[in-house]
Amino acid sequence: MKEISYYPGCSLHGTAREYDDSIRGVSKLLNIGLHELEDWTCCGASSAHCTDEELAIELAARNLAIAQKSDRELLVPCVACYSRFKAVEKEVKDHSKKVYFHYEGNVPIRYALDFFCDSEILEEVKKKRVKPLSGLKVACYYGCLTVRPPKVTGIRDYENPQHMDRLMKLLGADPVPWSYKTDCCGASLVMTRTDIVRKLNDRLLSMAMEAEADCLVTGCPMCQANLDTRQEELEKETGKKYDLPILYFTELMGLALGHRDVKKWFNRHITDPIKVLTARGLM
Amino acid sequence: MMDQSVQVNQKENPFLSEVTQASGEKIQACFQCQKCSAGCPIAYAMDILPNQMLRHIQYDHREKVLTSKTIWICASCYTCSVRCPNNIDITRIMDTLRNLSIRSGVEPGEKDIPVFHNVFLDTIKTRGRIHELSLILQFKSKTKDFLKDAGLGWKMFRKGKIKILPSRFGGGKEIQEIFNAFEKGERR
Repeated sequence: MKEISYYPGCSLHGTAREYDDSIRGVSKLLNIGLHELEDWTCCGASSAHCTDEELAIELAARNLAIAQKSDRELLVPCVACYSRFKAVEKEVKDHSKKVYFHYEGNVPIRYALDFFCDSEILEEVKKKRVKPLSGLKVACYYGCLTVRPPKVTGIRDYENPQHMDRLMKLLGADPVPWSYKTDCCGASLVMTRTDIVRKLNDRLLSMAMEAEADCLVTGCPMCQANLDTRQEELEKETGKKYDLPILYFTELMGLALGHRDVKKWFNRHITDPIKVLTARGLM
Repeated sequence: MMDQSVQVNQKENPFLSEVTQASGEKIQACFQCQKCSAGCPIAYAMDILPNQMLRHIQYDHREKVLTSKTIWICASCYTCSVRCPNNIDITRIMDTLRNLSIRSGVEPGEKDIPVFHNVFLDTIKTRGRIHELSLILQFKSKTKDFLKDAGLGWKMFRKGKIKILPSRFGGGKEIQEIFNAFEKGERR
């Protein structure tokens, strides 16, 4: 059994509950033991680095200081948190920065999608897959911070990443080629400049539908909330029809691994995924 | 190879020195290829394009830069940074400019965005974690726009996506320590 520390972050305790539940569910099926960091606090997200770069480092660093008490890797499912933690790592390691809650810079920080794409885990998935997602066309949407900037994420094919595509193929799904894999959805402006966000959403949803995807797959709680919740509102503005479910990659893993709670996860979505999954004979 | 950077005397250009020092980025290396602006998903809504922003900094246009809309609506997606042929991390510069804009106390080019960031940080300071409902209500009480997204909020509530009560945990005190240290100026 693999043991790993877990920093869920604020979104996964709120709007992204199904991401948290599906990570926990899938980990259990794959014999991965998750240890939630005790007393973790918010990473500071966009608002901290937009306001005060120094404060942003301190807020994120406190959590890494907790994680370094064990020698386990740290699993981080939210890309905003992941990006902030990697920023701390860079400051501490490359610039010898001293932070308030002492941190050495040695915790291996693993973004959830990267972690679940490790070859040993993929082997396990291959063995335990009970329901191949045959016939399901998925648009793999990586977004911004999962791949950029490469000096932080270490991703080499950052303009056309492939790891989620490979995972989806392994689950039996059919990833469609499309050009908007790493385009921004504007999530940091969702409360303030909703007009900009709607424009970016329209572009992403329309292009995924043009590529004939049944659903869009993401590993980011902000992209998911952003793209899932505003489709009806967008229809009124553009006159187009969307109805494109936005799924977490871990939910599709759960479906292929035969997890019994998948319906519960899917029921929390605003744009219903059950319809298309039923039509493809997967539910 | 010919040096193509813009030759500006940094002594006569305090703003260029300030931004260069705070961001650690070589702003003078920009040769205006405009690749940053061509790939920016939000360029259409900006008052100053990313490549123009770098030129304004080179020319010491402090107020124009710090009161622009651009620095606030930049979504920090790093597309510009990864495509710059001179390796200038433009997204990092945008962070520096937002930080400077707040510290200089100028009137920001976007009204609601800095208010949102403030409310967000206040929520972290009081609770240690973001409780989405409190964040939204506090932001709305500042902008007085209670109707926006009210229907969506109700839909999300019915789907069990909105948590009514914040989580209880013990890390909050340490977060307050960090904020207090910053407010007293001990950590700068």
